[in-house]
Amino acid sequence: MTRKFLALSAFLGLLVAGPALAASSQAPLKHVQWSFSGPFGSYDQAQLQRGFKVYREVCSQCHALNLVSFHDLGQPGGPFWDPKYPNPNDNPYVKAIAADYKVADIDPDTGENMQRAATSADHPPAPYANDTAAKATLGGAPPDMSLLVKAREGGPDYVYSLVTGYAPAPQGLVVPPGKYYNPYMLSDLASSWKGTGPAPVGGIIAMPPPLTAGKVSFDDGAPSTLDQEAKDVAAFLTWASDPKMDQRKQTGLAVLVYLAIFSGLLYASYRRIWRNVAH
Amino acid sequence: MSGPSTYEPKTALERWLDQRLPILRFNAELMDFPTPKNLNYWWTFGAILAFCLITQIATGVVLAMHYNASAGGAFNSVEHIMRDVNYGWLIRYIHANGASMFFLAVYIHTFRGIYYGSFKAPREVLWLIGCLIYLTMMATAFMGYVLPWGQMSFWGAKVITNLFSAIPLVGPAITTWLWGGFAVDAPTLNRFYSLHYLLPFVIAGLVGLHIWALHVPGNSNPVGVNVKSKSDTVPFHPYYTVKDGFAISVFVILFAVFVFYMPEALGHSDNYIPANPIVTPPHIVPEWYFLPYYAILRAIPNKLMGVAALGGAIACIFALPWLDTSKVRSMRYRPQAKIYFVFFVLACLVLGVCGAHEVDDQIISGLAGFPLGDANINSYVWLSRIGALYYFIYFLVITPMLGLRETPLPVPESISTPVLSHPAAAPAGATAAPEKKG
Ligand code: HEC
Ligand code: HEM
Repeated sequence: MTRKFLALSAFLGLLVAGPALAASSQAPLKHVQWSFSGPFGSYDQAQLQRGFKVYREVCSQCHALNLVSFHDLGQPGGPFWDPKYPNPNDNPYVKAIAADYKVADIDPDTGENMQRAATSADHPPAPYANDTAAKATLGGAPPDMSLLVKAREGGPDYVYSLVTGYAPAPQGLVVPPGKYYNPYMLSDLASSWKGTGPAPVGGIIAMPPPLTAGKVSFDDGAPSTLDQEAKDVAAFLTWASDPKMDQRKQTGLAVLVYLAIFSGLLYASYRRIWRNVAH
Repeated sequence: MSGPSTYEPKTALERWLDQRLPILRFNAELMDFPTPKNLNYWWTFGAILAFCLITQIATGVVLAMHYNASAGGAFNSVEHIMRDVNYGWLIRYIHANGASMFFLAVYIHTFRGIYYGSFKAPREVLWLIGCLIYLTMMATAFMGYVLPWGQMSFWGAKVITNLFSAIPLVGPAITTWLWGGFAVDAPTLNRFYSLHYLLPFVIAGLVGLHIWALHVPGNSNPVGVNVKSKSDTVPFHPYYTVKDGFAISVFVILFAVFVFYMPEALGHSDNYIPANPIVTPPHIVPEWYFLPYYAILRAIPNKLMGVAALGGAIACIFALPWLDTSKVRSMRYRPQAKIYFVFFVLACLVLGVCGAHEVDDQIISGLAGFPLGDANINSYVWLSRIGALYYFIYFLVITPMLGLRETPLPVPESISTPVLSHPAAAPAGATAAPEKKG
């Protein structure tokens, strides 16, 4: 009895003592059924392609993606992965996307700054030279998007909820010009709250609502609704944060099957070796 | 190391080697080591810990090949490992979750030691070395967590190193010395990396001493009585190699579930934001395995006293062999001790939960409670205080007093006694153990 209790409590301790519960407030996130949820979920390639289009046409105006290079788009599990091109540098989509961009470089002859056509090893050029420049223009620094999903509690649900969740500011909330109220932005609004009762949940964000219905048209016939755009870009950003997820889950399955068999064999050996020992 | 050796060199080469470096003899003695035959699965965590250490060193060495210990490059080099290095994601996730698994195992191993009285004479030195290993593990894991140089790395390093500044007179100097400057910065990262690489090998050395100290008196066992005859023991190999091997394999299943299916569950999302000295994260929390200590630290409003309590909490574990007055090793025969022990484990878990919350957070949300002293009664700070109080009372009052006052149950004559009369006459507790059915 004691032992069972101990084993159980050790395990529960491991579960509950995980990440801290946040105290600053935020509306409960909207939960989306992602194709990549759960142990067997994987990325939906068409969705990643649509999401990339949203990123490219909208988010990339303000947000950088410094850790994702063009050839990553053609890696296994990526939006443009094609088994015909095991080396993503040969992938025509990857090459065509890279060719659309110019990146900063040094002229090898003169040593001067110059722009050259991007190669598949480059990443999409950052829209602002640095955070200060972005802040001066936008009133806030847009975070690099390569790890955005991993860097926020709630991950893709958070991105989806935030982008679709803009709401009129509650009466009594002081929102500075050029800023917006968003109930999903995690923060403490007490200092901006002049109304009665407790301060509302959510926060004030410098990003204007980035997506609206019809903003991005999809080549595969998916509807250009806000909901679709937001889901697709959140899925793309999840891939950008965790490009090896498909590979990880597949490897995991093989490892677990192997370990289950191996443990079974070891248990059988254990029973056999100990069979004549009274213990 | 104990008893006459039964090793017989079989070939000419073995004889030649045996006279120069008797390493095969040494190994044979390790393998033949007489081990009590009644060890249960709680005893497999020693082998599991050895496995964890080897795993951490093996994956750490590979990570070090790609890691760049500079304030400007550390964060991106970890992402380079995750994205570009072949199976880098696997190696890093094994290392990061391996640290958690290591602590899970060391906590179970230590609670095992407390419950079965493994620290009692003649195993005090064995216990002390174990405590040193635990302390070194904490230092190693703390410095390892700084290496990816995310927000939680940076601010965790800052909060923990700042604790030293509470020490009167020399505190600030110690903190500056730890930092290698006047703030947590590039020099801090570099020295932590150097030490993070070094300390696991110190641990490996301590493990050697731990096993040496184990092999002098031999293993304790769940019944807690000494080995009386050869019939009480079995050779380590193959009996315990196979049992430990099975346990490791099951443990690796749990480990793999974390690595492959929830690799970030034990981490903190803020650590995927690059370190930024001018933006303080809303909640700075350490890794789960430090949460109980963090709760004890914050239970006390005075910083110096908080740090003293933190040190005291660890010191209690070291001092346990001298705090426990009971002559009976195993709590199987100490019904009262068993109850206090269960509450002790609970207190540690509750402290862990408290450590994950802000001190002012409500335990039962919405319940108004009432103010008591400096905080509301319905807040985690009061829960931490209750937990911390019990923690210290357990070590400093209950453990010494109980041994003098309780009436233990009759202890079996020898290891084989309860086994031979198994299961009907076995004392309570032993019968319920599923591992005994084999
Ligand atoms: C006009 C510029 C602009 C565009 C376009 C834009 N953002 Fe932003 N975004 C910002 C700024 C500025 C911030 C920082 C806000 C702040 O800190 O107050 C931000 C922050 C964010 C955040 C982080 C909020 C947090 O928790 O800190 C997310 C998520 C986000 N943007 C998603 C998107 C997505 C998805 C798109 C494309 C559909 C997009 N953004 C397009 C300017 C932009
Ligand atoms: C007692 C054994 C060890 C423990 C408990 C331990 C623990 C940790 C922890 C908790 C991290 C942070 C992981 C993360 O969140 O990213 C880390 C990172 C790291 N460790 Fe270790 N470690 C151990 C041994 C080693 C050894 C022996 C080496 C080198 C030979 C090493 C090299 C590294 C490197 C390079 C990193 C940075 C990369 C990263 O953050 O993933 N570790 N370690």
